[in-house]
Amino acid sequence: MPIDPVLAAYSDDFYIGAVAVYVLAMFLHAFEFVGSRKPVRVKSLVATTGDDVASSGADVPAAPTGRTRSDRFGRMAVAVTIVGLAVHVGAIVLRGFATERWPLGNMYEFTSAICLAAVVCWLVVLRRSPALRPVGAFVLTPVLILMFLGGTVLYADAAPVVPALQSYWLAIHVTTVTVASGLLMVAGVASILYLLVKAGKAGKLTAKLPDAEALDRLAYRVTVVGFPIYTFAVIAGAIWAESAWGRFWGWDPKETVAFVAWVVYAAYLHARATSGWRTTGAPWINVVGFATIVFNLFFINMVVAGLHSYAGLG
Amino acid sequence: MSSSPPTAPPQAPVAEPEGRPPGPSAPLRVLALLRNTWRGLTSMRTALILLFLLALAALPGALLPQRSLNQQLVDQYFTDYPTLAPILDKGGFFDVFATPWFAAIYLLLMISLIGCLVPRNLDFVRAVRSDPVATPRNLARLPHHATATLDEDADAVLARVRGLLGGNRLRAWQRAERDEAGGVRTVSAEKGRLREAGNLVFHLSLVGLLVGLAVGKLFGYEGQVIVLSGGSQFCNSSILGYDSFRAGLRVDGTQLEPFCVRVDDFTADYLPNGQPESFRAQLGYQTAEDVEAGDTTRWTPYDLQVNHPLRVDGARVYLLGHGYAPRFTVTWPDGQQRTGQIQWRPVDMTTMLSEGATKFERPGVTDPAQRQTSQIAVTGLFAPTSSGGQVITSVYPDLRNPQVAVDVLRGDLGLDDGRGQSIFSVDQTQIDSGALTRVARSNLLPGESVTLDDGTRVRFDDVTPWVSLQVSHDPGQDTVLVFAILLLAGLGTSLAVKRRRFWVRLVPAADGRTEVRLGGLARTDQAGYGEEFDRLRAAILGVADPPSEPSDPHHQPESSGTPGTGDPTGATDRGDT
Ligand code: HEM
Repeated sequence: MPIDPVLAAYSDDFYIGAVAVYVLAMFLHAFEFVGSRKPVRVKSLVATTGDDVASSGADVPAAPTGRTRSDRFGRMAVAVTIVGLAVHVGAIVLRGFATERWPLGNMYEFTSAICLAAVVCWLVVLRRSPALRPVGAFVLTPVLILMFLGGTVLYADAAPVVPALQSYWLAIHVTTVTVASGLLMVAGVASILYLLVKAGKAGKLTAKLPDAEALDRLAYRVTVVGFPIYTFAVIAGAIWAESAWGRFWGWDPKETVAFVAWVVYAAYLHARATSGWRTTGAPWINVVGFATIVFNLFFINMVVAGLHSYAGLG
Repeated sequence: MSSSPPTAPPQAPVAEPEGRPPGPSAPLRVLALLRNTWRGLTSMRTALILLFLLALAALPGALLPQRSLNQQLVDQYFTDYPTLAPILDKGGFFDVFATPWFAAIYLLLMISLIGCLVPRNLDFVRAVRSDPVATPRNLARLPHHATATLDEDADAVLARVRGLLGGNRLRAWQRAERDEAGGVRTVSAEKGRLREAGNLVFHLSLVGLLVGLAVGKLFGYEGQVIVLSGGSQFCNSSILGYDSFRAGLRVDGTQLEPFCVRVDDFTADYLPNGQPESFRAQLGYQTAEDVEAGDTTRWTPYDLQVNHPLRVDGARVYLLGHGYAPRFTVTWPDGQQRTGQIQWRPVDMTTMLSEGATKFERPGVTDPAQRQTSQIAVTGLFAPTSSGGQVITSVYPDLRNPQVAVDVLRGDLGLDDGRGQSIFSVDQTQIDSGALTRVARSNLLPGESVTLDDGTRVRFDDVTPWVSLQVSHDPGQDTVLVFAILLLAGLGTSLAVKRRRFWVRLVPAADGRTEVRLGGLARTDQAGYGEEFDRLRAAILGVADPPSEPSDPHHQPESSGTPGTGDPTGATDRGDT
């Protein structure tokens, strides 16, 4: 399997390009926040709870027709995010062609793909619920952090993978893990924002953020898509392990933490159905769930030795 | 269990003895206690807590070294933390997944789950057979509701409702129409009962999965063995044939399927930088049936690769690793010869530099004292692609320029004192005590030899790769797979299907008009009923949504992009509860 150095170099350029474009989108979101603030509305929203939502919609007169500057910045941010996404896809596809394999063979590539999944998920959410747009800045923040880490600490040159990774289960397992991680990242961000808004810690941002319930709903809706994908990914991993390592489950550190994360998300769904936990406990559990996934991706790969540790570092 | 209200204390003394009727008899109290314990155990809250405990209990399995994975790391931990390690060991923290406390948690969860599911199951069967519940008196109290008075008669509206809720088979609602006093007609509709089915399948699959795992733990086994390529054989006839063996709790090693494997050839491909690209072993195998039939000539060929185990007789044979076995021939001055070949172990996985010890006894020597001076060991390093020079190392993992750098030791190898010794090295204490001395040191290419002081010649003949194979048997794994698939299907169904209720009440009004009241309730935690309700409302009441360009997110209660609240009926509408 020869590596095409030219394509690999282009892939790297695209990656940097994608980061730059996402940074631009972040700035536009920031302008969206500072753009126009409407103190009137801030007041009516602080006390927003269930029933008030509708009444606040009725009481506060709709904003004058024509777009505010803030709104324009928000729209530009979304458009720029889409451009970033296109460049990002280019980076990943070129990696695949450069190495002639599925471009998910080391931590740099996983991280990049997780970010891609998160951005795609975000744009899909946005299509269905445009009102959530101000959340974009907070989705892009972890994406940029991860992509920065990916491009620096985790970066691995384009290379073929060891024999244990040469299986179509690689594509199935790792792709679904990354997709699920990307989705759960968006859900985790929504839950964190929910908790901040609820605790009144979001300060001035509260005025711009969607109300707490909308955030909670976003977290739940994305989780119920991400969780079954994650479940599938774990099962696919077990099937692959059965043919690659001689057993379908061996409590390898990576497997163990994947199990822990899975149980945490199961607990999240249970908490949603348990009175007294639905609105207070559940979002915390969702955050813990995503923390577990991040922990699995970084700590387990980089610190704890296990079968999964050949993810392209060192 | 803490069912007494927290405000109880002040009244407590009042209810004390004397006038109080005799309390329940002891057996009844025990029964009540049992019932309460059972209720507590099967409650959602307990399930939640047990799930937390399970997650928490599994964590040390990832953070601490585990015996089942790597004994060396555990030993290392003991040297690094001499005080902490024994304490952790007492708690089973180096074998988390085999500890009683871990088992207790998941068994409690399973009991809780079964106790939770059986009643649910019965409810579910009952619900499937019954009609959707009657329309509540006051629809305006529901989370989703709307009212309008239309210029149509009830029949026309009813026809539209039926059409909307009918739809194609799969998406159809279950409906019941009822008449109330005063010519009022109602429709109760419900959909998403499949969700409950999915939920049950999901949870029951968890139990099935655990059963499958248990079968594997009881009746499975796993053994590793090293076989030289070039025609050596291995038969799964007894535990003794293995270098290491892990038996299930009910496996005593007498019931293994006696298939045989012969390793004809091994090839590894490497990239120029030494990274392995592929490993493959050419096997021949005989199933247990072949072996029983006594046909020793028929070997079915198989190309064994990483990711492509050989599946035979309910067992799987894996290619785990490989290495090199150099062959040496010792020729004593009297012309007697012995050839020895045993695996050396790789010490550097990227260059396959290997170390080992090949041991010889002088043939024909029976006197114990004499034996103890004439044993020979050839020990040192093997480089598949030698760097050359005085001090050799390996520069590439493939066999391009093999060379050994060996010490030849002579004397007493210490094989007779009953202690087991490593096949990869000589017993250092024998060297230290002077019982074993070095008599030559040399770098040898294949075919080269070194001559000892007494005229004995040690020749490095050539080298053969070896493969390490793992044989695994897990009779529970198909069960596990089936339940894993069911689990996924159940989970997907229960999370995708939305359980909803929808009611219509048609109240005749003056002039042949009809007052239409709608109500909606999402039965389970499922965000987003708002939009669907809005669609139904618009279709039934025929009210076009006001053209509202969302100018600010806060004007949108559903946060879902469906501007739906500013309707003329003034209905309120908020997210699901
Ligand atoms: C190994 C333990 C368990 C796991 C991993 C687990 C996992 C899950 C998951 C992932 C869901 C959401 C998917 C769905 O709605 O079907 C769920 C829902 C549910 N679980 Fe469990 N569960 C476990 C044990 C239990 C126990 C012990 C109970 C009863 C006390 C229980 C009762 C329920 C109920 C009632 C729901 C439905 C919640 C709803 O309607 O949204 N589960 N469980």
